[in-house]
Amino acid sequence: MEFITADSWTDALRIKTERPGAAPIAGGTDVMVELNFDLRRPEALLDLSRIRELKDWDVVGGSVQLGAGVSYTRVIEELADRLPALAMAARTVGSPQIRNRGTVAGNLATASPAGDAHPVLLATGAVVEAESFQRGVRKIPVDGFFTGVKRCALEPDELIRAVVIPTAAGPQQFSKVGTRNAMVIAVCSFAIALDLDARTVGTGIGSAGPTPLAARAAERFLVGELDWDTLKVSEAAAARFGKLVAQAAQPIDDVRGTASYRKHALEVLAVRALGWIRGCA
Amino acid sequence: MTVTTSTPVHKGIGGSPLRPDGTLKVTGEFAYSSDLWAEGMLYGSTLRSPHPRARIVRIDTSAAAAMAGVHAVLTSADIPGKKTYGLIADDCPVLAIDEVRYHGEPVAVVAADDLDTARRAAKAIVVEYEVLEPVSDMRRAAFDAESPRVHADRADNIVRYQPVRRGNPDAADLQDRVAVVVTREYEVGMQDQAFLGPESGLAIPTEDGGVDLHVATQWLHVDQEQMAPCLALPPEKVQLTLAGVGGAFGGREDLSMQIHASMLALRTKRPVKMVYDRRESFFGHVHRHPALMKYTHAADADGRLVYAKAQLLLDGGAYASTTDAVVGNAASLGIGPYECDDVLIEAYGLYTNNPPCGAMRGFGAVQACFAYESQMDEVAAALGMDPVEIRRINAVKEGSILPTGQRIEGPAPLREILDELVTMPMPPEPSLPEPGEPEPRTRVPGERWELPPGGYGNTTRGEGVRRGVGYGVGIKNICYSEGFDDFSTARVRLEISGGEPIASVHTAAAEVGQGLVTLQAQIARTELGVDHAVVLPADTQVGSAGSSSASRQSYMTGGAVKTACEAVRMEVIELARRKFPELLSDDESWSDIHLADGALHLGAGVATGARLLARLSDVLGTDVVEATREYHHRRTNPLDPETGQGDSHVQFAMAAHRAVVDVDVELGLVHVVQMDVVQDVGKILNRLSLEGQIQGGTAQGLGLALMEEIQTRDGLVRNPSFTDYLIPTILDMPPLNMRILEFADPNSPYGLRGAGEPPTLSSTPAIVAAVRAACGRPLRRIPLRPEQIALVEGYGDEGGEEDV
Ligand SMILES: Cc1cc2nc3c(=O)[nH]c(=O)nc-3n(C[C@H](O)[C@H](O)[C@H](O)COP(=O)(O)OP(=O)(O)OC[C@H]3O[C@@H](n4cnc5c(N)ncnc54)[C@H](O)[C@@H]3O)c2cc1C
Repeated sequence: MEFITADSWTDALRIKTERPGAAPIAGGTDVMVELNFDLRRPEALLDLSRIRELKDWDVVGGSVQLGAGVSYTRVIEELADRLPALAMAARTVGSPQIRNRGTVAGNLATASPAGDAHPVLLATGAVVEAESFQRGVRKIPVDGFFTGVKRCALEPDELIRAVVIPTAAGPQQFSKVGTRNAMVIAVCSFAIALDLDARTVGTGIGSAGPTPLAARAAERFLVGELDWDTLKVSEAAAARFGKLVAQAAQPIDDVRGTASYRKHALEVLAVRALGWIRGCA
Repeated sequence: MTVTTSTPVHKGIGGSPLRPDGTLKVTGEFAYSSDLWAEGMLYGSTLRSPHPRARIVRIDTSAAAAMAGVHAVLTSADIPGKKTYGLIADDCPVLAIDEVRYHGEPVAVVAADDLDTARRAAKAIVVEYEVLEPVSDMRRAAFDAESPRVHADRADNIVRYQPVRRGNPDAADLQDRVAVVVTREYEVGMQDQAFLGPESGLAIPTEDGGVDLHVATQWLHVDQEQMAPCLALPPEKVQLTLAGVGGAFGGREDLSMQIHASMLALRTKRPVKMVYDRRESFFGHVHRHPALMKYTHAADADGRLVYAKAQLLLDGGAYASTTDAVVGNAASLGIGPYECDDVLIEAYGLYTNNPPCGAMRGFGAVQACFAYESQMDEVAAALGMDPVEIRRINAVKEGSILPTGQRIEGPAPLREILDELVTMPMPPEPSLPEPGEPEPRTRVPGERWELPPGGYGNTTRGEGVRRGVGYGVGIKNICYSEGFDDFSTARVRLEISGGEPIASVHTAAAEVGQGLVTLQAQIARTELGVDHAVVLPADTQVGSAGSSSASRQSYMTGGAVKTACEAVRMEVIELARRKFPELLSDDESWSDIHLADGALHLGAGVATGARLLARLSDVLGTDVVEATREYHHRRTNPLDPETGQGDSHVQFAMAAHRAVVDVDVELGLVHVVQMDVVQDVGKILNRLSLEGQIQGGTAQGLGLALMEEIQTRDGLVRNPSFTDYLIPTILDMPPLNMRILEFADPNSPYGLRGAGEPPTLSSTPAIVAAVRAACGRPLRRIPLRPEQIALVEGYGDEGGEEDV
């Protein structure tokens, strides 16, 4: 298998257009596993790790523009104030080694229903910036990005340049259930982000459906029930919110857990998250 | 026996010299069997069955054989000699013959220029199967006469049935004494050894038509013994050398790639290396037997056991492996280290089309321990008694009679163990963050709170968290049992090199990570009074050492090294007597001479006024003294097939754990806060290694309690990877406080007691008991799953359902 190193972003885009069969490799923490397990035999690997343009993040108009090459470790260390839920999710990913290598862009392109960044990106209304050599930049809202189990809206000639995530404008939470204290794939996960200016609620559910899901009915319900000044909700409304989150999930039984446990756990996580958000008022 | 040198020898018995492989392993420089390399070597690959049970209609290897770079494609038709092998019964085909009996059974092997080609060639082999309905339910396999037989030539699916009958639990006169009767069913899932170094080895054809195999294994000679007939070679033409072993835990007792690589090497006349990848490894070795167990315990009002009954079903999978001996352990140790005069235990080992199961740390005693310890808690609860007290009351002691009629010789200090355990300090009260406080942190010194249940997942700030405490006790037989003479051999040599005495030790004993190499050198230093001891690589050029199993190597190979050293010492003294007869006066005896500090002394130890007689360098000069000795443990007897009576075990070892856990009872997540363990080891030979064994054993027991399970459905393995077969990480393993007791066994070398397995037994029930205490649910199946623990009824018809 050929190993191609792209030195610049334009270089990478050109190569990807010429050789759509080349698999981009960022941290490699998904790609290398797929190669080792012989799940995939791409004709070439396109190494993105040397591209300077991808290595940084920037704040542009109230959003963080997160370069495709930024590791989880840097998200935790540098962005916990601006993107608290993403930092919480990043902290739950793998082990220190994986967090040093792995990227949010890689998580997105793998598009696993269990990707831990995804519920947060859904809850915060993030936008994926995809680019192709011939067609330029395309902005894909995250809720339109996941098209099926391990499938996403990227075209064969496209690469992710950055993920644009609105800077937190209110409390955010992310919780992940796993059967081990660390280094575990989510049995299910839940993210919530409040925008106190716009008075909106965003949610995201992981590992409980063919794709990451947003609990829209729950979001609408909470917008109406929340006292936006104190961030309080009645106990009954919190309970209802939990049920609505659970209802939005489409889980299955698998080796990691049962469908009914996932629904149950999501309900518990959603209710708890409301309690924690109240503490942030 | 006592140690013959009274001044402790530097890095001798009782010291903690560092192991030679330690730094190398931590820095990644240790050469494992997967790192082997030879000039011109080929790579082997295995084609395995995708079905748990199927008839092989046709195998077509032509496409694979025609591929560029492929040198051999072999099936069962190409096996040079005997076509089956096995540790106890030789029912396991080298490569499947006409039928496959489990998911992952080897069907064909390939040798090619590189690994990728070998794997692609294996995939190119066409096998036509007629898929048959698998026997996947061990209960049906045991009791349903209509069930298909896994082996058509056998009358049933029972590998071994072993009852143990003592007294009569149904006797009418017992019933008056009974205050409580508890009957419960328990289940243990299939645990894997999960060693980190996958199966691997290098077979090199020799000029005389034989083969040299470098391999990671647990017992070189039993590999040789099984391989030679299959390769149609005399044993001396099959020589084995131990390669770097990346963990074993029983999973390397059975053969994996040994015959395959050798067949390929003999056929191609080239060295052939085989290395399984992680997925293949899960199919490449036997696992721990899953168990279904039904127990009845009756106790009087004081908590004394009146009678006990147990039925244990152990799923051995497709081939016999060591199921026979696992059943023997489960039956003979079926009610644990408790006195009870009226007992009926019935243990069954079964054939199914599930993955084959055999040896794993604890070997049949683990499954039973989970059941009998759960029962002790149930009985205590029914009587309103303290769980430690009920164990104390019923604890065995020296002289107790086990259900097999065997009398425990030597100390059996279970009461002392429990008394010590309860004095150990408890952890501080939980200090979880308040609801609404910022995210939890990990356990960092100075930080305010513990890692909560859910770990890094940010799932609770104290909501739903309850603390529980639980206890577990276990008893394990040490060495092979039931009449097996698992002797060990050691060759020890003493010579002078560069003016210094050097002892070299040669055995075939497998260092599998337990620290045996270090220990052999310690024994030689102590026995011969030298500073410099070398342990030669383990191979079949010296007699068998038996298996690195059953917590037996310190006892058996330790005993062999010690015995060989004693023979060397006698010869050295004899040499001294001949060379320097004037050393002693007439009223002094040559038998009072001791070796220490590189010299012969009269009397034991400087403190007691020993007199230096001569330096070893002067006594030996250019002479080399060498002795090879076998060490045998005392004889044991088979269990009577009808009554299960017999002195079947060599030695017993016991440990007890206390577990403190925090459980999120709404999410069903567990964090083990602290574990405390007390173990009697007879004599501490190397404290550092010993503590490592207790740590590791406890962790493996924690894994079985909380997460480790090979999940199968209709015989198909569903999670053959470390993505979904979870083993504890450092964040799952709590601080472990240890107290180690030394009640010397009068029969064993140095008074030692085998120590590797007992902590694996008692850790599991202690943790489960603690989780039960926290959440109030019965929890009769392990590993525990969140949906079992969660108190809240779940969604639909499954969530939160219990196994009542
Ligand atoms: C031991 C281990 C533990 C793990 N634990 C977790 C966990 O807890 N949670 C979790 O969510 N994940 C986990 N993962 C999976 C993995 O670490 C994450 O999905 C990570 O985000 C992948 O990022 P990466 O940079 O390593 O991606 P890579 O492996 O480099 O790439 C992943 C995919 O993205 C594509 N790709 C990469 N960059 C781009 C780009 N710029 N444009 C277009 N396509 C691109 C690649 O071609 C590939 O298809 C774990 C993996 C391992 C090995």
